[in-house]
Amino acid sequence: MLLTLKQQRRLHTVAMGALAWLVALLIFFPIFWMILTSFKTEIEAFATPPSLFFTPTLENYITINERSDYFHFAWNSVVISFTSTIIGMLIAVPAAYSMAFFETKRTNFTLQWMLSTKMLPPVGVLVPIYLLFKDFHLLDSKTGLIIIYTLINLPIMVWMAYTYFKEVPKDILEAARIDGANMLQEIWRILLPMTKGGLASTVLLSLILSWNEAFWSLNLTAYNAAPLTSLIASYSSPEGLFWAKLSAVSTLACAPILIFGWISQKQLVRGLSFGAVK
Amino acid sequence: MDTLASIDKAKESDSTGVSNAAKKNALISFFMVSPSVILLLVWMIIPLGMTIYFSMMNYNLLSPEDTWFVGWENFEYFITDDGFASGVTNTLILVGSVLLITVVFGILISVLVNIPFWGQGIVRVMLISPFFIMPTVNALVWKNLLLHPVSGVFAAISVFFGYEPIDWFSDYPLTAIVIIVSWQWLPFAVLLLMTAMQSLDQEQQEAARLDGASSLDVFRHLTLPHLSRAIAVVVMIETIFLLSIFAEIFTTTGGGPGYETTNLAYLIYSQALLQYDVGMASAGGLIAVILANIAAFFLVRIVGKNLTDNT
Amino acid sequence: MSNLTIKNLRKSYGDTEILKGIDLEVEDHDFVVFVGPSGCGKSTLLRSIAGLEEVTSGQILLDQNDITDVAPAKRDLAMVFQSYALYPHMSVGKNMSFALELAGESKDVIAKKVASAAEILELDKLLERKPKDLSGGQRQRVAIGRSIVRNPKIFLFDEPLSNLDASLRVQMRLELARLHKDLKATMIYVTHDQVEAMTLADKVVVLNAGKIEQVGSPIELYNRPANMFVAGFLGMPRMSFLTAQVASCTDTYVTIKLDAGAELTLPVQGHSLSKGSKVTFGIRPEHITVVEENAGMINTSVDASEHIGSDTFCYVKTTNNEDITIRTQSDCSVVDNSKIGLEFDISQSHLFDNDGIAIATRTTSVS
Repeated sequence: MLLTLKQQRRLHTVAMGALAWLVALLIFFPIFWMILTSFKTEIEAFATPPSLFFTPTLENYITINERSDYFHFAWNSVVISFTSTIIGMLIAVPAAYSMAFFETKRTNFTLQWMLSTKMLPPVGVLVPIYLLFKDFHLLDSKTGLIIIYTLINLPIMVWMAYTYFKEVPKDILEAARIDGANMLQEIWRILLPMTKGGLASTVLLSLILSWNEAFWSLNLTAYNAAPLTSLIASYSSPEGLFWAKLSAVSTLACAPILIFGWISQKQLVRGLSFGAVK
Repeated sequence: MDTLASIDKAKESDSTGVSNAAKKNALISFFMVSPSVILLLVWMIIPLGMTIYFSMMNYNLLSPEDTWFVGWENFEYFITDDGFASGVTNTLILVGSVLLITVVFGILISVLVNIPFWGQGIVRVMLISPFFIMPTVNALVWKNLLLHPVSGVFAAISVFFGYEPIDWFSDYPLTAIVIIVSWQWLPFAVLLLMTAMQSLDQEQQEAARLDGASSLDVFRHLTLPHLSRAIAVVVMIETIFLLSIFAEIFTTTGGGPGYETTNLAYLIYSQALLQYDVGMASAGGLIAVILANIAAFFLVRIVGKNLTDNT
Repeated sequence: MSNLTIKNLRKSYGDTEILKGIDLEVEDHDFVVFVGPSGCGKSTLLRSIAGLEEVTSGQILLDQNDITDVAPAKRDLAMVFQSYALYPHMSVGKNMSFALELAGESKDVIAKKVASAAEILELDKLLERKPKDLSGGQRQRVAIGRSIVRNPKIFLFDEPLSNLDASLRVQMRLELARLHKDLKATMIYVTHDQVEAMTLADKVVVLNAGKIEQVGSPIELYNRPANMFVAGFLGMPRMSFLTAQVASCTDTYVTIKLDAGAELTLPVQGHSLSKGSKVTFGIRPEHITVVEENAGMINTSVDASEHIGSDTFCYVKTTNNEDITIRTQSDCSVVDNSKIGLEFDISQSHLFDNDGIAIATRTTSVS
């Protein structure tokens, strides 16, 4: 029984689709398993062999704050990520505006240089930063981390805002100028409303990068300013059964970022690949 | 009637021909850009400067008074330290393996997912998810839930097929780290390559098929060359970030057993914050910076020149 | 009262000079069209008038006031862009009222002005829509409405019709002409389309490589082009040019010998010429008649012909391989590769000297 061309193509698509699904499920499996485990009791979580079917319980979520002071760490993550992002945007947007609309011969070089600062391995400056922070009492302080995160995310924010600004047709801004707008009015009433989607994803990317950052947060904080990354790391030397609770904490810690990431995936490519991939 | 003289005066410019308004613009843009530039300059120069300084000093936080200039000694000690050889080898293995896995599977997956099929959107979302998981969560989920030799999922599967479960972190710790990091970075490669795939010329493929090309031919002669730039970008960016892998090692193995999972970054960390040897750690840090710069040099060559091209 | 004077305007980008000394007068109520090939500087000139381009030297005077260094917002000019440049996140009504809001006008005044502009342009039903929900023609009208509302001294148009399809273009052309009459406004209009120039303009400014070739009414430029560039630019199909040499010349007549064969005597002032000078003979397609071979002034062979329904265009080659285009009746049945003769209407012909400058006809000094 020979298949017609149309049937061959259908089969091909279905087979490929099934394979794609299989691969995706395999890759997603650890996350799925983590979420699943968070609904188990500790005994269930440690069961051998691990069980797929069980009676779900919310006890891990309910007691999450009691055991691990979750809210303290979550709050730190929130404050640090949001503050560094806001400060970063306040510095980055004017820079991007100027580079997009007042381009000079030095603009490309400046952008290149800014992005290159992101390529510095953090270990290289671990020592001086640690010592500086010690001397300025910034160790284990939210302020300290905010400063660092603002600096390491600044290049990406400038870069992304720059690309979005460049996409605005020049003549719309000229029309605004002829209509009587000064520079501030041009930015506030025309440019920003037109680029709010792109700027939103810039903000999201910065939030994601700050939230997940796991070098400075591990080395420069102890408890007071420790964000969620540190909390989770502290589970690596556990006392007693803890897997279900770990899963619950992890799920809560990762959920918002997962959602942010899903929403803004296209724009993230732009930011993460420095525009080299279109 | 205006004379030529007054016409010239009307257009007040300096000798270079730049008008006042243009100069005003240049001034404004300078001020708008300078906060970012100054901050980043400070961020680069001061810590780097200090690292260079410390790398030449014998400076241990446990006995800060005994600090003196030692020239290249720290570098010597660092390179001849037990951990150094392992650190470098492990770094190379780690970076190389992850690159290989993520790029190869990244290409395959992005090709697979390119044809429209039912649920394509959901599949894509699932594929990119690992990238957004915190590195510490990533490490612990794998260590405890998946790779655990007693109650991990892998163990259960091994037992199901009648094999002894592997104690990954005792017997193959570096491999375990490679698995964890690859899983985290595969979505990055997939994401970038998927995007590059979308700019593939449909008509070119159709023309090739009419000319008699098979799927494999199309892949080899059209798809791969088109993706080559994206692949280069993926390799370069991953290299830079993979050189500094830290959190996964910190959370799972602490560099051990012995030095088996210590990479350069962790080595420097342990010397700085575990042994408090600032001098050595700085020397090591400088070496790490140089390595990263070499990789970055190539990345910037490929990517940097066209940053201001109209996207 | 809104007249514009431009004095010796020059504009350079780096080392390249785009505008090479423009002098121009635009009177109140004029519809002036800047026309020329791509790259001639017409858009740059318009944008310099608007203040969107920095001028390298020279002056722009609006009603005797020097606006050369004045910011675009303060020049009291309005511009309609080629791409319309509508604000995509604002409704039609807000697009039109934006400038007035910035100027601080009261809500009532703004509403009234927007309403009256919307009425003129038939946009009153569309005021709440966003630009992306409008057709090309509607967007163009909003762009015009945005300018009308400001009641500027001069309206500037930068190739506003080039993004419209052919039939819409004709319709909008008529609307623009009507608008000009109704508003009694001064308008400066840039286009590369010489049909638009001929139909809309009171005054046409032909630009070429940053210089003004000729300024005048459309008919003036058509019937008495100052040089070969203007002669060849206006008129569709193009004027045909034949090389020739002067056989004899006086103050009132010039006899030339075409390289293609014929000897013709033209009623032009020949005092700048001498026997043997190289000249160019120009004749428009509609001033040539097709006759039998050997029955006309010269013989040609037919390359191709196009029948567009109302006319026939014949493309022929002379014996010395020069091209001539003829416009004739639609029922003309000329066969490819056949030989035909041509009769020229000498009274409508043109003569250009070796530098391409037109030789004045005897009648110009009289009429």
